[in-house]
Amino acid sequence: MIPSDSVVMTSVDEVLSWGRRNSLWPLTFGLACCAIEMMATGASDYDLERFGCGVFRATPRQADLMIVAGTVTLKMASRIRTLYEQMPEPKWVISMGSCSNKGGPYWHEGYHVLKGVDRIVPVDVYVPGCPPRPETLLEAVMMLQKKIRVQKSSMGLLGSLRAQA
Amino acid sequence: MTFEEIQQKLQTKFPQGIQGVEDTVPEKSLKINPSEIVAVIRFMKEEMQFETLGDLCGLDYPALSSSCVAYHLQSYTHKKVVRLKCYLPRENASIDSLTCLFKAADWLEREAFDMFGIHFNGHPDLRRILCPEDWVGHPLRKDYQTPDYYNGMPVPLYFDNSTEPASGSAKT
Amino acid sequence: MSTTHERVEGHLSQSLDNLRTDELLLNMGPQHPSTHGVLRVVVTTDGEIVKAAKPEIGYLHRCFEKHSENVDYMGVAPYVDRLDYLASMNNAMGWAIAVEGMVGIEVPRRAEFIRVIVAELQRIASHLMSFGTYGLDMGAFTAFMFGFRDREMILDILEMLSGARLLYNYMWIGGVSRDITPEAIEKIKTFLDYFEPKIDEYNTLLSFNKIFVERTKNVGVIDVETCHTYGLTGVMLRGCGVKWDLRKEVPYSIYKEVEFDVPVGSGEMGTLGDCWDRHIVRMREMKESVRIVRQLIDNIPSGPHRGKVGKVVKVPAGESFSRTECPRGELAFYIVSDGSAKPFRVRCKSPCFLNISTLDELTRGVMVADLIATIGSLDIVLGEVDR
Repeated sequence: MIPSDSVVMTSVDEVLSWGRRNSLWPLTFGLACCAIEMMATGASDYDLERFGCGVFRATPRQADLMIVAGTVTLKMASRIRTLYEQMPEPKWVISMGSCSNKGGPYWHEGYHVLKGVDRIVPVDVYVPGCPPRPETLLEAVMMLQKKIRVQKSSMGLLGSLRAQA
Repeated sequence: MTFEEIQQKLQTKFPQGIQGVEDTVPEKSLKINPSEIVAVIRFMKEEMQFETLGDLCGLDYPALSSSCVAYHLQSYTHKKVVRLKCYLPRENASIDSLTCLFKAADWLEREAFDMFGIHFNGHPDLRRILCPEDWVGHPLRKDYQTPDYYNGMPVPLYFDNSTEPASGSAKT
Repeated sequence: MSTTHERVEGHLSQSLDNLRTDELLLNMGPQHPSTHGVLRVVVTTDGEIVKAAKPEIGYLHRCFEKHSENVDYMGVAPYVDRLDYLASMNNAMGWAIAVEGMVGIEVPRRAEFIRVIVAELQRIASHLMSFGTYGLDMGAFTAFMFGFRDREMILDILEMLSGARLLYNYMWIGGVSRDITPEAIEKIKTFLDYFEPKIDEYNTLLSFNKIFVERTKNVGVIDVETCHTYGLTGVMLRGCGVKWDLRKEVPYSIYKEVEFDVPVGSGEMGTLGDCWDRHIVRMREMKESVRIVRQLIDNIPSGPHRGKVGKVVKVPAGESFSRTECPRGELAFYIVSDGSAKPFRVRCKSPCFLNISTLDELTRGVMVADLIATIGSLDIVLGEVDR
């Protein structure tokens, strides 16, 4: 058995997490106004592509990052859950904007608004703002990259190989 | 064409149909008998050049124990908008549908049904449009209570007398 | 003597005679790159031909009308911004005019000038967005990049005025929240000089591009009678050749003092009222907006930027239906007030709601690609459809 903190595994960990954090492919998942700021972040002035999030995939099966940008309504919630489950591991979720953080300006009387997307999917980074500036979203992506760096990725791979053996 | 001229013309044609004028500011409305609304609007569309249905919406007056449907008819020829209101009983409100005259009424009446529970007779497909199909209650009524849960998801941010956000966050 | 091709075709047609086909129910679901938001279209297709396309909405229903009954008239303004989030200034202007009409507040001339300048700049930004995303839907990614690049310049200007990039809360009841500065005026003039030739460049790039014309001409044709029965206004109506613009016919603010034309569709590429006509009307409207801003930017009168309005706006009991010309059509607010500080009922009639309801009728018997072209030409924003 190879111990988890050996030199060999640390290098594999580093390579895997370097690959994962520098090529995060987001899912095109704009719901409302924050979607426009997400598109502006992907456009020429703020350029999300230089962080590796070049190509926005339309299908969840080829994406590893879901940026929930906009208000989550109860009618939409089951679809978000389905999309999240269709994404293959490893996957991350950024909750962009006040609406998907905790309901946003609709928290008081919104009978049809889900007060936070973390009620249905686990969220890795929360981005405040209404809507957040593109620079804030870029900082969120950088924060996620830092989080992926400290995650031990290879043990998950070995664990699944062990389970198959 | 002023509001008074329109009122005069309609009063002559439909003496039972026009129930009165609401003297509100800045714009007045015409109160119409709900059973004659289709005939009145047909006359306004065909004879008085009110080509478009600008808006159709519901209102809830619990103090008067009535619901109301407000129609705004727009005329491009006269550059005018006229408001017609039909008062209905608050429980089991029902009125004839305008889908035979304007296709815009299709979705607008579905929304009035969804938000207020007003039933439109003769509508081809009267079901909820904004809220989900299995939603309970009609949200824009004044006595509507937000449900606590919908399909297992907590709806309010805080439950009563609590400072903690309602629980139910999903973990994989 | 028959060729190989003819023999194969003959063989295939024989085997296809007994083939049973069925219609396919396809869900163009709420998450889709070209539905401009969370719109679901339930499409029934027979191969590539669309038999029915029924839109399902409500995935962004954010209870605007319920919220507006629980905050005061000033507090409704941020919610109104979020309705059509691509044209917030126009929405906010509609709300401010609706309430001012009920109360009888006199808006200072300086505020009127600033309002119209800002509203027309926002109209240009909204049409640029429509141009960019329509190009993206048709496969022209460059149009998207160019549209966003120029839109960023407008957003910089609006950020100088209001402090925010997308949802401004700038048009307050009685005027505007902050005054315009000389730096902002210079920046607007530089932008106008830069942008006016760009419209012709974008027309050459996209509007008169052969592929774009082939994809959008004779597609999604709508006639005046259909417009009237569906209650369509704005670009949908002008694309059919009807010269109706609320800013000219029922002018509000200071629109009667400025000169501008109302571009209409004329069927020059295909049929009158097709997708190409609506697209070119939007491009020409941008030119007219530039013309309006040029007439106003050098003549802003001095004075206060907001009328005398108390902290709480008290609206007398009554009802009012007020319409303004927004980039997507006529936005109307029906306000019922009972004399208290909060509205009794606010109804927002949104143009996109009626636009999207025509989708089924416009797309009977077309190909799936034409369905995408038609949805793009309707220029819908789901925030306004679902409120």
